[in-house]
Amino acid sequence: MSASPASALDAHIKVGLGGFDLDINLTVAAGQVVALLGPNGAGKTTALRALAGLRPLSGGHIRLQGDTLDDPDGNVFTPPEKRPIGVVFQDYLLFPHLSALDNVAFGPRRHGMAKAEARALAARWLDRMGLAEFVGRKPRHLSGGQAQRVALARALAVNPALLLLDEPLAALDARTRVDTRAELHHHLHDHPGATLIVTHDPLDAMMLADHLVVIEDGAIVQQGDAQTVTARPRTDYIARLVGLNLYQGTATATAVALPGGFILTTAQTHSGQVFVAFPPAAVSLHQNRPEGSPRNTWQATITGVHRHGDNLRIQLGGPLTTAADITPAAAAQLHLTPGQQIWAAVKATETHAYPAE
Amino acid sequence: MTSDTSIGTASRRVRSRRHGRSRIPLALLIPAVIGLAFLVMPLAGLLIRTPWATLPQRLAEPGILTALGLSLQTATLATVLCILFGVPLAWLLARAEFPGRRLVRALVTVPLVLPPVVGGVALLLVFGRRGLIGSWLDATFGITLPFTTAGVVLAEAFVAMPFLVIAVEGALRGADSRYEEAAATLGATRWATFTRVTLPLVAPGIAAGAVLCWARALGEFGATITFAGNFPGRTQTMPLAVYLALETDLQAAIVLSLILLTVSVAILAALRDKWIASP
Repeated sequence: MSASPASALDAHIKVGLGGFDLDINLTVAAGQVVALLGPNGAGKTTALRALAGLRPLSGGHIRLQGDTLDDPDGNVFTPPEKRPIGVVFQDYLLFPHLSALDNVAFGPRRHGMAKAEARALAARWLDRMGLAEFVGRKPRHLSGGQAQRVALARALAVNPALLLLDEPLAALDARTRVDTRAELHHHLHDHPGATLIVTHDPLDAMMLADHLVVIEDGAIVQQGDAQTVTARPRTDYIARLVGLNLYQGTATATAVALPGGFILTTAQTHSGQVFVAFPPAAVSLHQNRPEGSPRNTWQATITGVHRHGDNLRIQLGGPLTTAADITPAAAAQLHLTPGQQIWAAVKATETHAYPAE
Repeated sequence: MTSDTSIGTASRRVRSRRHGRSRIPLALLIPAVIGLAFLVMPLAGLLIRTPWATLPQRLAEPGILTALGLSLQTATLATVLCILFGVPLAWLLARAEFPGRRLVRALVTVPLVLPPVVGGVALLLVFGRRGLIGSWLDATFGITLPFTTAGVVLAEAFVAMPFLVIAVEGALRGADSRYEEAAATLGATRWATFTRVTLPLVAPGIAAGAVLCWARALGEFGATITFAGNFPGRTQTMPLAVYLALETDLQAAIVLSLILLTVSVAILAALRDKWIASP
């Protein structure tokens, strides 16, 4: 593998974890924002720590702007303090004994900048983050959103070639999150270097990043822009994240045979291994077997009923494990209770089939 | 206003009822009171037997101030020594991975369990004129440590340093080492991380350790008298003076004890407010 000149970061990260090995290729161009998305325990944070130099690779390489930072085979390891990398940690880790200003000035000072100059630079960064009036505050007197911005300013103040963010919004409450996400988007797209965000939140990933890399159990399962990943999920994890029912089966024309023997009818014609996806809102529930337009019908058992926005999300067991969204009015009419037998239907035109290979 | 008052009364009532329900068991209360009395009564006895009438004259005696000055001076110097060498030692135990770390930690705590007199003998064997290091110091630099003020400082530091090391190591282990990782990602070398991040984070722990260390050094008797002897003005610290006075003049011993008690309590109280209060 050779680094293309456009990519700031070219990494093949191999780290042995307890049960499995993390083994992923990552390239990030200068100015690009890539999200590393995956469930907890997938190895996301380990990848970030390896890039930052807080954990050595056991194989592969990390090259940034053409410089090799870590290469176990070549016996190269650059310690974290020598890497042109900024990190925003999950709980920010602002130094509690330093003011917001001195937290941001910390990096420039360690890079040899004079004290007055570093503090002036820090003040400019905090100003850009809209925190000019909070420069003298200690971290414990900052709100979550303010601390997040100070942490971002601190990481950016060293002008990193690669900016790493570990679950940047996870520590915030829902209200602050929306505002902070918008602001973070703005700052990340101003950053001239490469940016990698590690998150388990698909919304953060899709709103903040140009390119998503989805990992599960230490390996990449899918990557692409937000639209591709959400429209054509390839694993249950992503399907669940984007709220789709997802099945894999063997297509013969419009019929897709699932491993259990159930046959789904789709609108598109395919052959071979395919994924079939449809949203929970496409599933309708009936007391009696519905008749009419070409549709898939099957008898299911209700396994759960939850609130989902304004609707109810009904979990169905049976030949297909499916989620269905229906209105409370429809639910009242059907007297839905867990354990109940019910007919489910999905129109062929509401399903979306795409090749698995 | 009225509703506030009624809420206040209600909550007070609830609290008092709760209090009544969770009464302290007598099986715990009685030994606790006995324990407290055991700790406080000797101090009270000291105050009761103090010759208050002649106290001003006795305080003016030159020997007392000399011993007090020497005690404060040597205890402070010993504490400085302990911080200088003990903090790096604590850092090594808390942060560095090396073989035999458990053994090193065990060795550090030996002076805690060693009878101070034995410590003094051991110091004599190493730093005495014929000791392993002492003979070399004497031959090369003409420095002799036993029976000097420097010897007092050395004896006190030997006995008191474990208190500091243990306190600081605990503080370092309690401090979140991820701050140090954050510092590294910002370009801080390990030394810069230590001075700029680690030390400020564990400063309260170091202060607490230093106070313990200082108090232990101030009260040091056994190792001091063995290694440094009992020369007024040079090596006779307050505890030594108390012991000596006890054989000749009980009143003087009481006065000396009272001074030592007052000074140590006053300084501990002052430091506690200034340094150890949670930030």
